[in-house]
Amino acid sequence: MAETTIYVRDRFLAPEAPPVSDSSVIGWMRRNLFASWSDGALTILAAAALAYFLPAAINWLFVSAVWTGADRTACLTVEQGGQLPAGWSGACWAYVGDRFVQFMFGSYPRDELWRPLTVVVLFVALLVPLLIPKVPRKGLNALLLLVALPIVSYVLLLGGWFGLRHVETSLWGGLMVTLIISFVGIAVSLPVGILLALGRRSEMPIVKTACIVFIELIRGVPLITVLFMASVLLPLFLTPGNNIDKFLRALIGVSIFASAYMAEVIRGGLQAIPKGQYEAADALGLNYFHKMTFIILPQALKLVIPGIVNTFIGMFKDTSLVTIISMYDLLGIVKASFGDSGWITPVTPLTGLIFAGFVFWIFCFSMSRYSAFVERRLDKSQTR
Amino acid sequence: MALADTRTGSGDPPKVSLLYNPAVRRGVFQVLTLVVIVWVIWYAWHNAAQNLARANMTAGFGFLNSRAGFDIAQSLIAYTSDSTYMRALQVGLINTLVVAAAGIVTATIVGLLIGTGRLSHNWLIARLCTVYVEIFRNIPPLLVIFFWYLGVLALLPSIRSIFQHLEEDPDAVFFISNRGIYMPAPVFGEGFGLVVAAFALGVVAAIAFTLWANARQRATGKRPPVARINLALILLPPLAVFLASGRPLSFDYPVPGSFNMRGGMVVGPEFLALYLALSLYTASFIAEIVRAGIRGVPGGQTEASYALGLRPRQATRLVVLPQALRIIIPPLTSQYLNLIKNSSLAVAVGYADLVAVGGTILNQSGRSVEIIAIWMLIYVSISLVTSLFMNWFNAKMALVER
Amino acid sequence: MAKKIVTALVGAAVLGLGATAANADTLSDVKAKGFVQCGVNGSNLAGFGAQDSAGNWAGLDVDLCKAVAAAVFGDATKVKFTPLSAKDRFPALQSGEIDLLARNTTWSISRDSQLGFDFRAVNYYDGQGFMVKKELGVKSALELSGASVCVQSGTTTELNLADYFRSNNMDFKPVVFEAQDEADAAYNAGRCDAYTTDASGLYSIRLKMANPDDHMVLPEIISKEPLGPAVRQNDSRWLDIVSWAHYATVAAEEFGITQANVEEMKGSANPDIKRFLGEEADSTIGADLGLPKDWAVQIIKAVGNYGEIFERNVGQGSPLKIDRGLNGLWTKGGLQYAPPVR
Repeated sequence: MAETTIYVRDRFLAPEAPPVSDSSVIGWMRRNLFASWSDGALTILAAAALAYFLPAAINWLFVSAVWTGADRTACLTVEQGGQLPAGWSGACWAYVGDRFVQFMFGSYPRDELWRPLTVVVLFVALLVPLLIPKVPRKGLNALLLLVALPIVSYVLLLGGWFGLRHVETSLWGGLMVTLIISFVGIAVSLPVGILLALGRRSEMPIVKTACIVFIELIRGVPLITVLFMASVLLPLFLTPGNNIDKFLRALIGVSIFASAYMAEVIRGGLQAIPKGQYEAADALGLNYFHKMTFIILPQALKLVIPGIVNTFIGMFKDTSLVTIISMYDLLGIVKASFGDSGWITPVTPLTGLIFAGFVFWIFCFSMSRYSAFVERRLDKSQTR
Repeated sequence: MALADTRTGSGDPPKVSLLYNPAVRRGVFQVLTLVVIVWVIWYAWHNAAQNLARANMTAGFGFLNSRAGFDIAQSLIAYTSDSTYMRALQVGLINTLVVAAAGIVTATIVGLLIGTGRLSHNWLIARLCTVYVEIFRNIPPLLVIFFWYLGVLALLPSIRSIFQHLEEDPDAVFFISNRGIYMPAPVFGEGFGLVVAAFALGVVAAIAFTLWANARQRATGKRPPVARINLALILLPPLAVFLASGRPLSFDYPVPGSFNMRGGMVVGPEFLALYLALSLYTASFIAEIVRAGIRGVPGGQTEASYALGLRPRQATRLVVLPQALRIIIPPLTSQYLNLIKNSSLAVAVGYADLVAVGGTILNQSGRSVEIIAIWMLIYVSISLVTSLFMNWFNAKMALVER
Repeated sequence: MAKKIVTALVGAAVLGLGATAANADTLSDVKAKGFVQCGVNGSNLAGFGAQDSAGNWAGLDVDLCKAVAAAVFGDATKVKFTPLSAKDRFPALQSGEIDLLARNTTWSISRDSQLGFDFRAVNYYDGQGFMVKKELGVKSALELSGASVCVQSGTTTELNLADYFRSNNMDFKPVVFEAQDEADAAYNAGRCDAYTTDASGLYSIRLKMANPDDHMVLPEIISKEPLGPAVRQNDSRWLDIVSWAHYATVAAEEFGITQANVEEMKGSANPDIKRFLGEEADSTIGADLGLPKDWAVQIIKAVGNYGEIFERNVGQGSPLKIDRGLNGLWTKGGLQYAPPVR
């Protein structure tokens, strides 16, 4: 610093723009698409594939698609007996539009549709506050959703009381059935799963063995066999003449299956609670019931919320298997409609499956996003 | 639980009413559980016996030896409608294992590609892989099966148009139709056993060479070119034997029959739909597992291996991958198990797997209890064997602390 | 605690969702609950058991269920339908979920004896046949060697198919499906060359095809398939009622009684007709069956005589256009025959 300089720059040069190869679109592309020869080749290959398939898919789904029509002639080419030009292929959304109510509610009497709709409104009204972390009174909310709502919906949907017409479960169908089965599955599997998980970690050998055998047996076999068991064997295991509704049998099968998986998720949470928490609860003189309900479970359940949501996503997808024991959930009813002579066309199955896939996807995707959101929140609160 | 122990330090245990004695409570609770379980089993057993008696049926597995009477479309072992139910179940079990094995291999490869693709620096590839994962993870596998079966494979050219195509191009040997993929079937001539033997020898030699190379590397620090020599060891001897023994391999080409192609090999659309759906569905989960595994290895490990002078490929193979595998294997095991269990969806498209064949037997003979018991037993055994194998593999890969 | 609640909930649900106790006396049960629970075909088999888009049931089997309801309650609407697949039809009857199974079910000795059911009346004499696309140029089932055949699994059809091809030294490739609509779709998509099931079913499935005229049913009938209602074993009163609900319609056709003229036929001079319609003063036929005196009148008013039922559902009055054939009256070369009403 002692040295004096002859020239002191008092005006700084304006900063140079970063090299073009670094900042512009070209630079971005160079870094992210063409970093090396093999990278470039891959990019070009992928881009070519996209350029080939994407326009074709958009064309099939939207541009060439038929949006209105009363029956299958709307979606047939001239040589197949319709009016569309030869060689035409595209989605037949008119068919989905025609069948939409059926896809949602099955054969539920059309003049009674306000009943499932009310249930939907109640469900959304109770679910949304439960999902938003800031809204208070989670306990009451959960109680309403998991206990009160099932009772109300049971009365509303099935009827037979308060002057409501009785609607047999064989008339239920579509998305409604998918949602009911997965909701009942989660509502039953949570408490049963907690009991099983506690049982598996218990020090009592008989309880422990029983829980392990049940959990591992159910987790070791496919859902289909459990559903078959519920639908074929259950009537056999009851006193002669007693008989359970087919819908209820499917519910029992799905619940048994979900409970075993839920138990393992919750066990993971229980294992993650430090031993000190157990010991502290013991030191306070709490009995087992108090220790679990006030100290361990609240922490453990919070930890495994993402796991629970993932189990629920799995179950939501798995409900589609009830199709195989001839019940009509969303996928089942869409598939059954392929055989309807009013809409038999070569493009009907693909259109229907894309529609059903889209509905399933919307539900599962939003659930997985929610689970990721909770996971991030939990991470934050733990790294505080 | 530990409560009583802490108080025992000062002499006699305090008097606790029998009602609050943990040991007594535990005993009572266990006895209660046992009673409930026994009662449930007895109740089910008793009713089942009564119901069966009412329907004039007896329980037991003797029926497995009676004539099946129905045909099975896909069978890898000899089977006719005169075979027994037992044989039919064997056919089903083999079909289950085949589709599960093929699915596991494909799902692992695709999952590995997609999972590493999502971590790629290439923006386009990473996005495409993400889209793939997000689509397939959130759609029921059954729907994917139907998508392939009804939406794609059913729209392939009909067998008639294949016949026409054959008239124009009589030399064609490979056909894709809505009845499946037809291709030439290899016919192994006499002496092909020698080729197989040479191949087996080659594999043994390759393993021996690898062990020797490892030892040598430890001793001298130099590693012989293992990959190239192994490839030669495995491929060259069988090739030499094959040529020397006069090429004991011919092909049976599919030719038009009255309704279907005759001869050759055919992979049916039922198998294809199930196989493709299972592989692609499970691959999306495996991709996520692989991604989490690779990301779970701290970046410092890669940097450290570079600092040691390893090349990028060596760093991946020797440093990153072994550590990533430790994170990957446990969840991968459960995905494999899921795939095996999901193969039971075969029943939806009429692929004759264990559940489909069992279901037919259940219908024909009315033996629901026995069939469901067989199903459960077999699936639980498959799951156990797979878990045992993967646990063994996991233990082998686990961190060995020296 | 939680366990208790769960148990209580499940228990309540079991009771609410329809736990019914099936005694050996189905008639009393049916009267007590006020309707007949009837198991019908769940895969929309036009002509036998099918639901229109408004949810109304129609078909030969459905009319039999209505006839039973009319006989018991004098009201053909007091019947509820349970759609069933081939797989769950028998457990449904065994467990008491349904009171009677009218689901185009073949009467066979094993089902009669082994499964614990009773059959007696046959409301449709059927046989297994084959349907092919006309463009194949096949005129006989004996030309089908090497063909792929679509069939529903777990049916007598599947067994007959294997036996038929074996005994004629032909080979075939079975393409087996769990549900009938899956088999329909596969056949329609060209997955198989031929479709086999009961001939009546073939006519009904043909209608579901995009172009029914492109398909033909081959002349060979390879099996006997007497289709009729089944009830649980050891309940002869209920079996009587179900059987006579069918026989009454056949007898009505023999007597020339139709839905339109049943009221005026009451005044007929023919003592047989008067006895049949409950117009004879000291007639105890209805009471002996456990039914009202005018049970036959109610049946015919509700569904008509057998000829009318047949023509309306599967015959010329329907899209199926099946000939009476085996199902004609015995006096006209058919097999439909009612025991004397005496």
